[in-house]
Amino acid sequence: MALKAKTSTRIGVTILGWGIALWLFFPIFWMILTSFKSEVQAISTPPKLFFMPTLSSYAEVFERANYWHFALNTVTVSVAATAIAIALAVPAAYSMAFMPSKRTRGTLLWMLSTRMLPPVGVLVPIYILARNTHLLDTCTGLAIVDMLTNLPIIVWMLYTFFREVPAPILEAGRMDGATRWQEMTMVLLPLALPGIASTALLSLILCWNEAFWSLNLTSSHAAPLTAFIASFSSPEGLFFGKLSAASTLAVAPILVFGWISQKQLVRGLTFGAVK
Amino acid sequence: MATVELKNLRKTYLTEEIIKGISLSIEEHEFVVFVGPSGCGKSTLLRMIAGLEDITSGDLLIDGQRVNDVEPGKRGLAMVFQSYALYPHMNVYKNMEFGLKLSGMPEAERRAKIENVARTLQLEPYLNHKPGQLSGGQRQRVAIGRAIVRNPKVFLFDEPLSNLDAALRGQMRVELSALHRKLGATTIYVTHDQVEAMTMADKIVVLQKGVVEQIGSPLELYHHPRNLFVARFIGSPPMNFFSAIFQGGDAAGSSVQLRDGSTLYVPVTSPGLLPGTKVTVGIRPEHVELASSGPNSGVVEVIERLGAITLVHVRMPDGEIIVVQTDGAVLTDVNSPISLTLPPRNCHLFAPDGLAFEACHRHPLAA
Amino acid sequence: MQAVLEHSPPAGATARTTKRTGFLLLSPSVLILLVWSIVPLIMTLWYSLQNYNLVDPTLHGFAGIDNYWYLLTDPDFLHALLNTLVLVAGVLVISIGGATLLAVLYDQEFFGRGIARIMVISPFFIMPTVSALLWKNLMLHPIYGVYSAMMRAVGLTPIDWLARFPLMTVMMIVAWEWLPFAVLILLTAVQSLDGEQREAARMDGAGPIARFRYIILPHLGRAISVVVMIETIYLLTIFAEISVTTAGGPGVASTNLAYLIYSRALLQFDVGGASAGGVVAIVIANIVAIFLVRAVARNLEA
Repeated sequence: MALKAKTSTRIGVTILGWGIALWLFFPIFWMILTSFKSEVQAISTPPKLFFMPTLSSYAEVFERANYWHFALNTVTVSVAATAIAIALAVPAAYSMAFMPSKRTRGTLLWMLSTRMLPPVGVLVPIYILARNTHLLDTCTGLAIVDMLTNLPIIVWMLYTFFREVPAPILEAGRMDGATRWQEMTMVLLPLALPGIASTALLSLILCWNEAFWSLNLTSSHAAPLTAFIASFSSPEGLFFGKLSAASTLAVAPILVFGWISQKQLVRGLTFGAVK
Repeated sequence: MATVELKNLRKTYLTEEIIKGISLSIEEHEFVVFVGPSGCGKSTLLRMIAGLEDITSGDLLIDGQRVNDVEPGKRGLAMVFQSYALYPHMNVYKNMEFGLKLSGMPEAERRAKIENVARTLQLEPYLNHKPGQLSGGQRQRVAIGRAIVRNPKVFLFDEPLSNLDAALRGQMRVELSALHRKLGATTIYVTHDQVEAMTMADKIVVLQKGVVEQIGSPLELYHHPRNLFVARFIGSPPMNFFSAIFQGGDAAGSSVQLRDGSTLYVPVTSPGLLPGTKVTVGIRPEHVELASSGPNSGVVEVIERLGAITLVHVRMPDGEIIVVQTDGAVLTDVNSPISLTLPPRNCHLFAPDGLAFEACHRHPLAA
Repeated sequence: MQAVLEHSPPAGATARTTKRTGFLLLSPSVLILLVWSIVPLIMTLWYSLQNYNLVDPTLHGFAGIDNYWYLLTDPDFLHALLNTLVLVAGVLVISIGGATLLAVLYDQEFFGRGIARIMVISPFFIMPTVSALLWKNLMLHPIYGVYSAMMRAVGLTPIDWLARFPLMTVMMIVAWEWLPFAVLILLTAVQSLDGEQREAARMDGAGPIARFRYIILPHLGRAISVVVMIETIYLLTIFAEISVTTAGGPGVASTNLAYLIYSRALLQFDVGGASAGGVVAIVIANIVAIFLVRAVARNLEA
């Protein structure tokens, strides 16, 4: 009797688990599927699940826009913003975790509060500043802005990771004669590497998907994938095949990257709230 | 090897003073143990010597040099942490090598030293293992090896055995003592375990609430505790205490009246104490003797038979419990009446302020 | 207490050098964030007090509080403010409520759980512009969308979701993006729950619902507050989803503050008015931030 109830519960859980997963994933699946349809197949009613796949949409997308140009911009901006942010955040998080003062908590909360300023509130001045410093429509300019918007969250994540490093290990380093710099580079960083990796991952994802600044601060030269996809949106919205192909191209790298690294990522996302 | 001198060391943390002026000098080759209940400041004091905590005021001298402002790595010390604090990302060899490498020692010399120490500590098979692959006892050895290899002037140990199980702890205690005899290094060792303190120390420093209660050899502390705190802290099971009235004294001893009216003549001096003053009598369980009849009679309440010895808890008529440590084969039952003999030469007297009266004769082992 | 002791300020030579080193290490981040948050803010404040329109150069000079006056008396503004709050609150409720249940579901062992879990968290990796396009066209398009086809298949008339229920639809799209994030964190939290504690509850005779209510839910408190904190940061500034799907319309039915300011600044070229909106958005964000930071601050001490 008990066994039977258990089996039925398990079947229920399996069905529910898969049902919800499929339902949530369906839009992505459908996007990928549609990208392999011809335009006619893409808008057929009722929608077709089985069809002769074609690469014609991809061919057209590549013909119309230089995907590699946008992708390269996205990669450049994401990697640069992440690298600089981590380089700045490591010493800050080290200082907060291992040399706390009365103001540490206040500083951290203030940093996070800067992240809450709606970008649109400062769009005009940032636009004008970028124009005056010739950073408009450059990867450098976009990378700086992305770096600044992500810095508080990166500091916070690293801080929670560093706090998990037992202080005696760093003290042992100090007893062994390590300077602050050696302590940080030779003891702390190797220990916190998994944490730093998942922080970098999150930063890469956030930069990759950042839409507001990339749409407003770039036009052609430095336009990343968010702009690439925007160019396929309004007037030709009804060309579902091309739209899907372009969308798939824009999200595929980060999606695959995210799948591979999700275990790593999740450790960092808990922000110390889960021990 | 080196001397360490503490001159009125103080430490204030936020607004609270945790180390309240400690002065102490540690001789070359000496094995000094800081002992005390948790929160007494013993670890903080050790960390101040190590340089991991600031010294608020006072002077710390190593080999006569003031080192208050010297970086921990440059004080010529090595420390073994309670949690071992091994570098988890380095193997055993690299753990021991780290400090030597930072000091710029040539590769060949490093290798020779590490191999030598690894041999002494039987760590040779594990040199390529990461700390995570080692047992608690092996990690402990690596931590000690990492300290030895640096050839420090002074070894610092912060409760190094507290994470080991009882059997291993006993074994490591013996090994550490042997190692100390072999290396002859000045050692400061923090523990809350009085067995470690008694067996290993040349000199014990008993701390409480940031103050030194007594400094002395293990047997000095055992036979001549300076005050009630030390008397209670050293010895297991702890000393029995009961109150008495001081009646008078001379050069050979002092007499006190116990609660049941009997008089005890204890060989301690009591200069200046007024008759009629309330004092405390202390006697260790192992010094109380059982008798079938006589004064000081009570009822057996609990019997703990440990095999070799038996602990008899006796309820006295005034309600106090006196613990007696006696032969393992003693034939006594719970609830049976029993009498106690208190040999005066083993009794301690404490004045109302808690200070012990000075014994007329020092114990030969605690001279 | 233990944590405090473990991370008590380690001393270098003296407390002062430690303090100085700590400050030096912290200062680059603090300085650039200070510049980043102060300079544009001051500029925005300044513009907000000016008559400044990019297409009408004749209109210039000091405007005083005129821009604010126009903005605050504009019914669109109130509408946008309300929409912003509804959006934030709605998405938070959907994503956290859903994620709590999903976390418990995906904590159960079942066949192919790993793959199902990856599918659930996938929307988090999709850029907002793409997910907005995806939903607007492939899913919800009144004629060609999959959902419309499904409705027709069961005999219903397809609904033009974005025209009929613009704000609700935007909310659902955004919730779809943020649900995975909440699931990721809450699932980790559920899994970190001590097995013995669950077993003890079972020994005490607690059924599944009681276990959820009295054991799992309290355990999730800290994780939920982190989700609220992070999601709110992003939800206050939703932009791409609205811009792509409804462009704020019809009318201002789905315009939030971010989009309102954007349309003022870049579509109507009214820098002064947009800046005033920016200042107001910043003020609102700060009010929200104060509450949030209060709630989450406890987690930072852990």
